[in-house]
This record gives sequence, C-alpha cells and structure tokens, in this order.
Amino acid sequence: MAEPRTETMLLNVGPSHPAMHGVIQIKAELDGEIVRKADIEIGYLHRAFEKHCETGTYTQCFPYTDRLNYVSPLISNFAFATGVEKLMGLNIPERCSYIRVIMSEISRLTDHLTCVGASAMELGAFSVFLYMIKAREWLYELVESVTGARLTISYGRIGGVKADLPEDFEQKCLEALQKTREVLEEVHELLSGNRIFYDRMRGVGTISAEDAIGYGITGPFLRSTGVDYDVRKAFPYLVYDRFDFDIPCGDHGDNYSRYLVRMEEMEQSIRIIEQALDQIPEGPTNVDPEGQVIAPDLMADLGKFGKTAGLLQNEVLIQPTLQGSEKRYHEGISTALKTASLPPKEQVYSNIEGLMNHFKIIMLGHGICPPQGEVYCPFEGANGELGFYIVSDGTDQPWRVRSHPPCFPIMAALEKILVGGQMADIVATFGSVNMIAGELDR
Amino acid sequence: MSLSTTLEKIKEQFDEGIVTLHQPLGQDTAVVSASVIVDLARFLKEDSALRYDYLMDMTAVDYFKKTPRFEVVYQFLSLKNLTRIRVKVPVDAEKPEVESLVSLWPSANWYEREVYDMFGITFRGHPDLKRILMYPEFEGHPLRKDYPIDRRQPLVGPQD
Repeated sequence: MAEPRTETMLLNVGPSHPAMHGVIQIKAELDGEIVRKADIEIGYLHRAFEKHCETGTYTQCFPYTDRLNYVSPLISNFAFATGVEKLMGLNIPERCSYIRVIMSEISRLTDHLTCVGASAMELGAFSVFLYMIKAREWLYELVESVTGARLTISYGRIGGVKADLPEDFEQKCLEALQKTREVLEEVHELLSGNRIFYDRMRGVGTISAEDAIGYGITGPFLRSTGVDYDVRKAFPYLVYDRFDFDIPCGDHGDNYSRYLVRMEEMEQSIRIIEQALDQIPEGPTNVDPEGQVIAPDLMADLGKFGKTAGLLQNEVLIQPTLQGSEKRYHEGISTALKTASLPPKEQVYSNIEGLMNHFKIIMLGHGICPPQGEVYCPFEGANGELGFYIVSDGTDQPWRVRSHPPCFPIMAALEKILVGGQMADIVATFGSVNMIAGELDR
Repeated sequence: MSLSTTLEKIKEQFDEGIVTLHQPLGQDTAVVSASVIVDLARFLKEDSALRYDYLMDMTAVDYFKKTPRFEVVYQFLSLKNLTRIRVKVPVDAEKPEVESLVSLWPSANWYEREVYDMFGITFRGHPDLKRILMYPEFEGHPLRKDYPIDRRQPLVGPQD
C-alpha cells in the first residue's frame, strides 16, 4: 500500500476573496485543515495618506482622515483636529466637545454594527447582518443630517466642527438609538446563545493578555483578554470624564469574548450619547486661536464695518448640506481673528470679507500655522487607540503627520492567532479583527 | 519646570547617551543617541516602578537638510501608571541604522518594517526586514522628503 502524502499545501486567501472584507492576502500553509503558517501581506490599499498630508495645509488633511477608517470616519476627523488644537493650545467650546463626543459614539456604533454584522454573516447568520445594517442605516441618516454626507464627512475643523447640530437632532437621535437598542436585543437573542455561533466562536482565535500587550494591541481586542485599558477612561479627552459608562471586558481573549465586548460597548455608547444629549450646553461651536468668544455682529472686518453693514443683512441662509435653508449657523461661530476657523458659509456666499477670510484660510501659504513643535494625540477609535503624531515646522503645512492605526498591531499578531487553528476559522477570526484596510495601509 | 518621575529616573540611570529630556506640551520626551536605545527601552520596560509595557507606536521623521537627518520616534505607554513617554533617536543620513527592539516587543517587528519601507532606515537584529506597505520592486522610500509626491512607479505585470 502506498504511503499517504504528507506534504503541506499552500493556499492563498485574498487579496480578493468574498470572505475577506478588505484587501489583504493570507498565504496559508495548510496541513490538512490545520494552518501551520500564515504569511500576512498588507499594503494593497496604500494611498500615501501621510505623504499627502505633508503637501497640503492642515485644513486639507481632513478629507484624508475621513478615508482612514471609513466605517467610523468621525473619530479620525476629531482625533486629527484635537491633535492640531493641542499644538496650538486651543481650548474648544463646550458645545463643540459634546458634539464631538456624540458623533464619535455614533461612529463607534456604526463601526461595531458593521463588524459584528459582517462576521456573523460570514458564519452563515445572514439575517443578523441585515438587521445590523438596518440599524447602521438609521445612524448613517443621523450622520448625514449633521454632516451632509454618510461616509466622507469631513466634519471636523481645527477649533470646532463644520456646523451645529440640526434643530430636531436630539429627538431623531433618541429615536434612532431606541430602535438600535431593540435591534441589539434581537441580535443577542439570535446569536449569543446560538449553538452554531457559539461553537464557531468560543475558544477560536485565542490570544493571551501578555501577547496582546506585547503586540501593542488595544481596543475591544485587548479588552476581550481582560485588560481594561480604554483611552476614554485612562486619558480622558473632550468631555468623556463627565459621563458614567463602563468598560466591558472579556476573559477568554477569543472570538466569542470579542463579540460580547463589542455588543456591550454599543450599549455603553448609547448610554454616553443619551447623557451627552441631556447635558449639551448652548453656545458657539467654533473658536479663534486666542480662545475668545466674540459677538457675531463683530464678525465683519471692523475697518470696513460701515460698508458691509447693509450686505450683512442680506445673508443667505443655508444648511451645512447646502441643500436648502433652515437655520442660521451664523451665531454659532465666534471667530475674532479669523485665522483659525473658517468663516460661516452665510458670509462666504454673501459678502466679500467672508469670501476673503475663507480664502485666507484655504489658500496655500496663508492658512492655519501652529507653532513649531510636535504632539502625540491618542483617541479611542472603534478598533483601539488611534494616535496622531503631528510635527509642525511653523508653516501652514504639517511637516509630518503620522497616524497610528489601531488594527495594524492586530494584523501583526494575526499569524500567531491563526497558526494551529482550522482553515475555516480564518474567516471567523479575521471577522473579529475588524480590519479596516483604509487605516491599516493609509 | 521640574521633570516628571520617568524623566528623573532616566537621568539617574543613564550618564551617557542622553541628548535632552524635556516635556513639550506636557508630554514626556527623551532624545537619546542610538547607542543606548535598547538599554533605555529595556530599562523602561523592566523597571518595576515604570513598567512601560507597551511599544504603542513607532515612526520616523525626515528633517531634510538638517543633520542628523532622521529621527526615529517611539511612543511607550505604561498601563500600570498610565503614563506615556516619547523617545526620539537621531539617525544620520550616511548610515541610517538603529538597533532593533524586536527582542523586547513583538510589535516592533511590523513597525520597524514600516519605517524601513517608508524611510530606508535599517534595523540591526531584525529577523525579516522587508517592505511592508510597498511592493518589493519599489524603488526609493516614499516618506523621505526628497521623494517627489508625483513620482509614479506602477507595478505592471507581463505585457504579452
């Protein structure tokens, strides 16, 4: 009788594979069904984010940051803005901090919904995916009503946000959150005790707390191993220290723990948003470099005030989405020196001073010039610590912008997690990594 | 302004190799020469009071036309004390080489590959120093300031 063949087989998973949401390649060496070696290739979505940031102004970096983590773009937006504000020593208005918290948590919700939904779908639970995408849709509608876009939002500004919340936002938001909560309960019933789901997730893709720390892993992935590090609690930024919320932790460090951590984190995010909506104060949403708040009627260049007084009364009323007009955003902005915040769009479209101010900030060589220096600004992204390391040489263009992507360390550890497991578990584990190629490859 | 506990400890521990210790914007920063980076990293990691157990991030900056040209930047985090420190190592353009930290933190593996890929700084003792974001055939190092942003190097397969 012939000897059975014993050599291993090389299998390429990706870069274009239906179960790989994101372009990466895993060169897996298989011994039967067991993964013996997994070579992870990344870089398929490298768009030179950091290089591009060096060639434009600080304001022009915002659209790039949208495209880092395209499932929760608002968090990267605000992280970058906060980094530059730290460099400049700007204190943003309270209302703006609250808006940033609310929008960040909505982003975290959309991110976790996508992650849990997609990884459940890959294990065959297609209805869960549809339910979660339905909930994500309600949240995207909220994001759209505030920022004017669903994904490429560019809502953050240095010293503020693009526009105030719409008038009916609170009520719409609470409704959407309530509906999302119901979806989460439904998903809990469908998945958490489901035999098939449990068996595919429990004990699969395990990592120890020591390994996770050694690899620099943060976020839900780290917390599933029992380490309760969360930037929102450890280094509170914006106004996170004013809310009452928990940091859910798992104890097994496997896929099932990560699923439970994410589910609970969504609940905590909803809690934070509800408290923030309750506490949010009225007031301006933007700030000038001195941190001064100034009456809106002094907005026009004082030297020419007499000439433009008549023009100011003919303001165009516009929405941030530029689609129609409802609410005056004029009062929301408190620029005195006009060197940090963009002027309100009502002025840009209605008088020459506004237009000039606008161009003074947008034009190369004129815009926002933080003093020389460097800063590292950590935020809690949906996948873990998202850090911006910004070096300024004193001009209007950043000398270096480095974004520390939260899923980069996880991908570095992926080989260790996959080896020894089943081929079929690659899909389940990879789903729980929640790799976002945009921020991984930058 | 007085130095933070971490910086004081570094000052006590190391006589040579420290260029500056300062706290720009309240963030602990140590600029050290390349010869002591591994010792310093091990000290930060293993000192029972400091316990910087995370190598959170690692990158480089190209200060074009200045000497030394490059700076390798490490961000450490201590879970125990919840403090951060940034360690910077100036690197010469002539021989851009630094000792690898892979033996201390597995996370250094991919970070060092990225710094090598983007800046052309090599790491002594790295197990497998190859490009990570760009493809192996790529020429040059894209994040160097003398690499033009509009230079295109499409990777085209066989034409026939």
